[in-house]
Amino acid sequence: MTRAGWIRVATVLGAIAALELVTRAGLVSRHTIIPPTAMAAALWRLVASGAILPDIAKTLSNVAAAFVLSVAGGFVLGLLIHAAPRLRRALDPLLATYYAVPFFVFYPLLIVIFGMSDLPIIAIGFLFGVVAMVIATLNGLDRVPRVALKVARLARMDPLSIALIVKFPAAAPYLFTGIKLAVAYSFIGVIASEFILSGAGLGFAISYAYNNFDTPRMYALMLFILVSVTAVNMVLHGIEQRMLRRRGLAP
Amino acid sequence: MNERAPAWQRYGDILALLASLLVLWWLLARLAGPEALTGPAETLARAGELLESRRFHAHMRESLIALGYALLLAALGGLGLGTWLGVRRLAGQVAEPILVALYALPKITLYPVILLIFGLGLPAKVAFGAIHGIIPVTIFTLNAVRTIRPVYLKVARTLRLTPWQAFLTVWLPAALPEIVSGQRVGFALTLLGVLIGEMFASQRGVGFVLINAIGLNDVPTIMAAAFLLAVFAATVSAILLKIDRALHRRTATA
Repeated sequence: MTRAGWIRVATVLGAIAALELVTRAGLVSRHTIIPPTAMAAALWRLVASGAILPDIAKTLSNVAAAFVLSVAGGFVLGLLIHAAPRLRRALDPLLATYYAVPFFVFYPLLIVIFGMSDLPIIAIGFLFGVVAMVIATLNGLDRVPRVALKVARLARMDPLSIALIVKFPAAAPYLFTGIKLAVAYSFIGVIASEFILSGAGLGFAISYAYNNFDTPRMYALMLFILVSVTAVNMVLHGIEQRMLRRRGLAP
Repeated sequence: MNERAPAWQRYGDILALLASLLVLWWLLARLAGPEALTGPAETLARAGELLESRRFHAHMRESLIALGYALLLAALGGLGLGTWLGVRRLAGQVAEPILVALYALPKITLYPVILLIFGLGLPAKVAFGAIHGIIPVTIFTLNAVRTIRPVYLKVARTLRLTPWQAFLTVWLPAALPEIVSGQRVGFALTLLGVLIGEMFASQRGVGFVLINAIGLNDVPTIMAAAFLLAVFAATVSAILLKIDRALHRRTATA
């Protein structure tokens, strides 16, 4: 590991230790923050008792569904928009301002369209993630080498194989940025909707624990989300680095 | 944007796109029925009513105050932190992955902690908006400062500029385009943070109006408030985008 990497680990561990000390010494009320070890212990008890497993399964499957839909949908939409430059120019300001619109407000509408199920929440996760993927796809397609496209035309490839065999690999590093954002936004969209609007899932479980002053349970669930999001990010980062190295773009 | 089409065509295309979105909205409203989605005309009428009512003015003022404070904290805090991390190379390398990980975290899960620390009311909303906005501003500023071309800094040293002169004439102009991009992303997220804060635990503000309307299933109010928010967000964002593009173009041609 690099020097910066070691310092980073030390910083994070130091912050956790400081929090532990401050809370153990009673400088902060136990009702506000509990020691990290107590969070971990509470999480262990929750998982061991199995009571939280349905919520975890529900949230993670919703996130996965929103993620897959936004990546696939974003890539296809990006391909279509890229093929129509005039449409793209008109869409550009809309895409750039898209994330300023709060989507949660459309939850009632989505319930009417999809019914009371997981679908409205998946739809919000999708709405959050898809545009990041569209933007990343457009960026990536802009950087497909012209010569690769010429070769594809010379080989008389059909549009589908051009998209899959030529464009997709050439744009891959940029697509990966979109994929990472889509993961983050799927998590944010799904958990935030559960938090504010839904009656199940991890987001709801946290808000329920908060409303019932069940501080240990609340922090245990937060710890779980923090650890799982970070783990997913680290895995993606590893894959990305390997891909970039293979192309000679990263050390 | 490589080849620039005539202005009338570009604006014509945007208008056509907006018109087709309106038609789509109208069709969706017809399909879903008035209990689910109000059409464009009704939404505009309700938005006009809201804009004229005193109570909504009070809510808007409340949200704008919270947004203002949160933006101030996010913009200045992110700028300071990002500049510091950009200048101190090692600190930047240490902090960047942590910042990116925090960026991906659904910050709403932290909202109860903020409430426990700040209590209900304006400070919690401001803090929640600020933590949403400060991270992207920091990341963008950090990258902007770090990627200033070394030759610019050499020139500044050769000309024996004082640190303040170097900052004003070299660092700031070189980093400004990326910094404005960061502020744009930061604005959108800060607004989102403040609104979510109001939706979850507040008795005032546009977010409260929204969650209240969702609870009552008052569809015209939901649509009108969402519409007003979208227009506000898109307008500010479009202005920032314009500045952003102009700055980037200037550096590209310079």
